[in-house]
Amino acid sequence: MSRAVRFAPLALLALLIVALVWRLAKPVDTSVHSTLEGKEVPAFALPAALPSKPALNAADLATGKPHLVNVFASWCVPCITEMPLLLELKRQGVGIDGIAVRDRPQDIAAFLKERGDPYGSIGADLNSNVQMQFGASGVPETFIVDPYGIVRYQHIGPLEPKDVAIIRDKWASLRK
Amino acid sequence: MRILLVLLVLLAVPAFADSDLPPAYWANRQLPNAGQEARAQALMEELRCLVCQGQSIADSDAELAGDMRDLVRRRIAAGETPSQIRSWLIQRYGTWVTYRPTNEPAAWPLWLAPLVLLLIGAVFVRRRIRLERKA
Repeated sequence: MSRAVRFAPLALLALLIVALVWRLAKPVDTSVHSTLEGKEVPAFALPAALPSKPALNAADLATGKPHLVNVFASWCVPCITEMPLLLELKRQGVGIDGIAVRDRPQDIAAFLKERGDPYGSIGADLNSNVQMQFGASGVPETFIVDPYGIVRYQHIGPLEPKDVAIIRDKWASLRK
Repeated sequence: MRILLVLLVLLAVPAFADSDLPPAYWANRQLPNAGQEARAQALMEELRCLVCQGQSIADSDAELAGDMRDLVRRRIAAGETPSQIRSWLIQRYGTWVTYRPTNEPAAWPLWLAPLVLLLIGAVFVRRRIRLERKA
């Protein structure tokens, strides 16, 4: 047996270790990105989640203004942490529409009363269907829709303080 | 004391981020038409749950998986084919959502690997036979 062949297993092992260490140091991104970016908002029409607020459908998102669409739920814990940031975005003039996933009106009302209410309108997505149409895999997720109703940006998970400026700038850059 | 602790554990509500709404109608119900149910079941076993990412939606207890099963059964009942439903989901979540590899170029090695392995095996066998003939 030649020398090269004799050392092949060792070389393979070294290669394997390098590969494993590399993946440990640089973990795979396991979040599922929507493939909707750059495409039109899916055709949907949701009933109003609260009697006091307008409902939400696809046409409401193509009004000549950019929109922020926040997929949330009153039963979602990370949604609580991003609420102050959504309120801050609203204060800065960003209009926010909500999609409440698998939620009940009384729970949404209580949630908004306790945590603040940044939403101009809220659609009730009782069976996660519109969440799926958006290619969102959980709550919360936030989408930016341009004035023509094209999805331009997806943020997966709760917003963090650094995201406020990113979202606001992105939103402002889409204004006509 | 120990018994009390166990009872307390039983009382505790797991901090699952789950809604208070009941599961969707077709989430845990079979379609009345056995053929349709079989097709739905086969498809559900090949679709990945987006929440617990190692499981199929047929296996997962996540609420979103239940809603996806509901969507699959409704669409099958409405006459859509499994491949139409699969591509509807792929359009939104990417090929990641299906366990069955698609025919995109990135998946070619998967389809070709068995052939390549067979070929390598054939080469080995051939060499072996030759060696034995010589001996």
